[in-house]
Amino acid sequence: MSVMSTDPRPGPMPPSGEEPEPLLRADKVTMRFGGLVANRDIDFVVPQGSIVSLIGPNGAGKTTFFNQLTGMLEPSSGDIVFDGTSIIGLHPHEIAELGVGRTFQNIRLFGAMSVIANVMVGAHTRMGASWWASLLRLPRVREEEAVTRKRAQELLRLVGLPRRYEEDWAKNLPYGDQRRLELARALASNPKLLLLDEPTAGMNPGETVQMTGLIKRLRDELDLTVLLIEHDMKVVMGISERITVLDYGEKLAEGAPEEIRADPRVIEAYLGKQATSA
Amino acid sequence: MGGPFLRRAITTGLLGGIPGVHLSLVGMVTALQTRELISGVVTIGTAIPFIFIIIAGWYAAGPDRALGIKPSAIQALGLGALAGALGGAVLAAMCLFITAVDVRWILVNATPALAETLQFDQGPVVGSVLQVAIGAALGAAGASLRVMPASVGRAVAVGGVVTLIVSVMEPFVGAVLRNLGLKDLQDVLYEGGGLTIVGWIVVYGLVAGGTYLWSTRGDRVRARADALPPDRRRVAKIVVYGLLIAVLLLLPQIVGQRLSEVLGTIGLYILLGLGLNIVVGFAGLLDLGYVAFFAVGAYATAILTSPASPAFSPELSFWTALPIVIIVAALVGLFIGAPVLRLRGDYLAIVTLGFGEIAREVFKSQWAAPVTGGAQGILSIPPPTPFERDPQSIYYPILFFCILAAIAATSLAASRVGRAWNAMREDESVAEATGVNTTFYKLLAFALGATFGCVAGALFATKIGVIYADSFSILVSINALALIILGGMGNIPGVIVGALVLVGLPEFLREFSEYRLLVYGIVLVVMMILRPEGLLPSRSRRAELHEHFDDDEEMYAEEAGEETGRPVVTA
Repeated sequence: MSVMSTDPRPGPMPPSGEEPEPLLRADKVTMRFGGLVANRDIDFVVPQGSIVSLIGPNGAGKTTFFNQLTGMLEPSSGDIVFDGTSIIGLHPHEIAELGVGRTFQNIRLFGAMSVIANVMVGAHTRMGASWWASLLRLPRVREEEAVTRKRAQELLRLVGLPRRYEEDWAKNLPYGDQRRLELARALASNPKLLLLDEPTAGMNPGETVQMTGLIKRLRDELDLTVLLIEHDMKVVMGISERITVLDYGEKLAEGAPEEIRADPRVIEAYLGKQATSA
Repeated sequence: MGGPFLRRAITTGLLGGIPGVHLSLVGMVTALQTRELISGVVTIGTAIPFIFIIIAGWYAAGPDRALGIKPSAIQALGLGALAGALGGAVLAAMCLFITAVDVRWILVNATPALAETLQFDQGPVVGSVLQVAIGAALGAAGASLRVMPASVGRAVAVGGVVTLIVSVMEPFVGAVLRNLGLKDLQDVLYEGGGLTIVGWIVVYGLVAGGTYLWSTRGDRVRARADALPPDRRRVAKIVVYGLLIAVLLLLPQIVGQRLSEVLGTIGLYILLGLGLNIVVGFAGLLDLGYVAFFAVGAYATAILTSPASPAFSPELSFWTALPIVIIVAALVGLFIGAPVLRLRGDYLAIVTLGFGEIAREVFKSQWAAPVTGGAQGILSIPPPTPFERDPQSIYYPILFFCILAAIAATSLAASRVGRAWNAMREDESVAEATGVNTTFYKLLAFALGATFGCVAGALFATKIGVIYADSFSILVSINALALIILGGMGNIPGVIVGALVLVGLPEFLREFSEYRLLVYGIVLVVMMILRPEGLLPSRSRRAELHEHFDDDEEMYAEEAGEETGRPVVTA
């Protein structure tokens, strides 16, 4: 998978064939809410080890698409294959177990739990203690607990949260640190695919640069594949290897950052939006 | 600059007088005239209105969180005195009114005698002045808790509250002292159903001093305990727990027959509280029909063990029946849990409330009578041999299951399971997206909660020997819920303290049993406003919600920041 990430070659992705099987493939995914079509016939591929961005104006259906990838919504039609398994009809927790971790646009931590406990919940699927073993506090449960705690502490260090926060309630953290914590929680499940919904929203330029660097580092160090939704074009252009543009629920364009930047349809979608709203 | 503070002190003072007026008019003040709080000085009845005035004074002297300012020491005392005086004035106004106008045709308790008691038998003029003056003094006393250094303030307040409780618990403490052969000590400390002045000084000194030492030196003691080598620490732990268990084992002999009965009831409620705490406190599923499990446990035990049970003739012993009861309980938990899986919050509460009522009606119905005995109930349920149906004996199985349940709940709380429950309580869809199988964990919470409740029911049936459907009213659910809210949601020592306070105190204060629900209501409302985290919250919870005596400048500044929307960390 590191082959893809080190491959600087731009240009349109050839349709499957010579490429290795992508980690995630969406095939004509459509989401209807009554008469409203939030996503229409979206074909989408995330290659192993890449960083892919999903952009588009507000209401373009990006978060809806994320929710389908994580099983929080079931597509009205179409198929989503993750790591060789179709995830249609699976529960969110089963998809999480397959290796999809995510963060949320409006941070959603377990507010009244400690920082460390938040991360340890993230590791839930990677722990085996059954309820009766926990009830009896068997030695192996205690051991697993200690190992998980240690790993959670490492993750907190990795995302840059100071040690002294560990026992604080998650909701008491400053905003930027809450984003980091959410990231640590998602990482605790050892995901193959990390979905980030606007990871730099509300951050100042300094924090944004830090977060961008962190995402890249995580991909390289943890062998992750990252799919992110982002509005900050600087972030998107700086970090992505591929970009997909959604507009009104449909795929408008797809390609390397340079192509997207030059695509007249994309410019129209963005500028047109601005022109009408101004 | 006094503007906002002054306005708040006035409202707080006026409001602080109202609980006193209310409790006087419902008759609590009169009913509790028979019990001395400080022997020869003041009765519990007379003291009640003034306790609220102390609280009003304390509240009036607090910081203004919206503006982020804090009154100076002198201002604080002044504000407290003002609030207290106003509270006293409200009482005085009520007394004058009921002396002048006869309103007994609506408020039976509004007698001139009540007014006289509250005015210290000094007549309307002197009495009213006294009420205002005493109110002002007590309000200032309440405010002074804000002025003192945090450690002193805490010691003074804890000393006051604990001494009050010790005084009220005269039947209990007195019996303990007598049974320990300390009759002389009892005579010195207690008189007329309350502590004497000497008793107050002794108990207050001990408690306040102890609290002060603990808050100033406690960290050092704890640090030294932490510094002990692990094996020594282990020994220390074993010694402490051993002593505790020894005391618990000897308790029925020390307190005697009648109080053992009370201890048994407290124990049952601890079991219920621990079980409900799993469902509500850990997993965040508001179950208002918890009594259903209690009833199922009691009925299953009765049916299996009683020779008088209509349906099942082989009579099992309690201990053979118990595993069956537990399995039945868990199944009933799943049965009730499954249909409500998709419901959240208020909807879940309403549906479970319905289940609780349905359970009672079914047990009582003619249709179920061939099994449950209908309205007659089931008689002659045998005691759990080798224990007898005697409060001092049945105490032991209850104690045993309480300890077992507490250990089980503690283990679960700190495990993967407990975390999954908490995550579900905080945000169900995110918990699911993080990999928690919420369906499974909800059902697990219901099944385990049901098991605890059923064991409590089984013990209840064998403790009293006779069960009727009407013993399983919604009040049981409410009591169990109230005690976990009071003690501190999600916290196990909190459940125990909650049961002691909510179930134990009324037993020691028989005169007040008539007003039990009224007091529940008041206590819960006051708790929600002043200490929403409960009496004994878990440490992180305290860090989140606490502002009482810890609001030294630094923390205070941070809290003010939080109000203005600046991101803030409480370290």
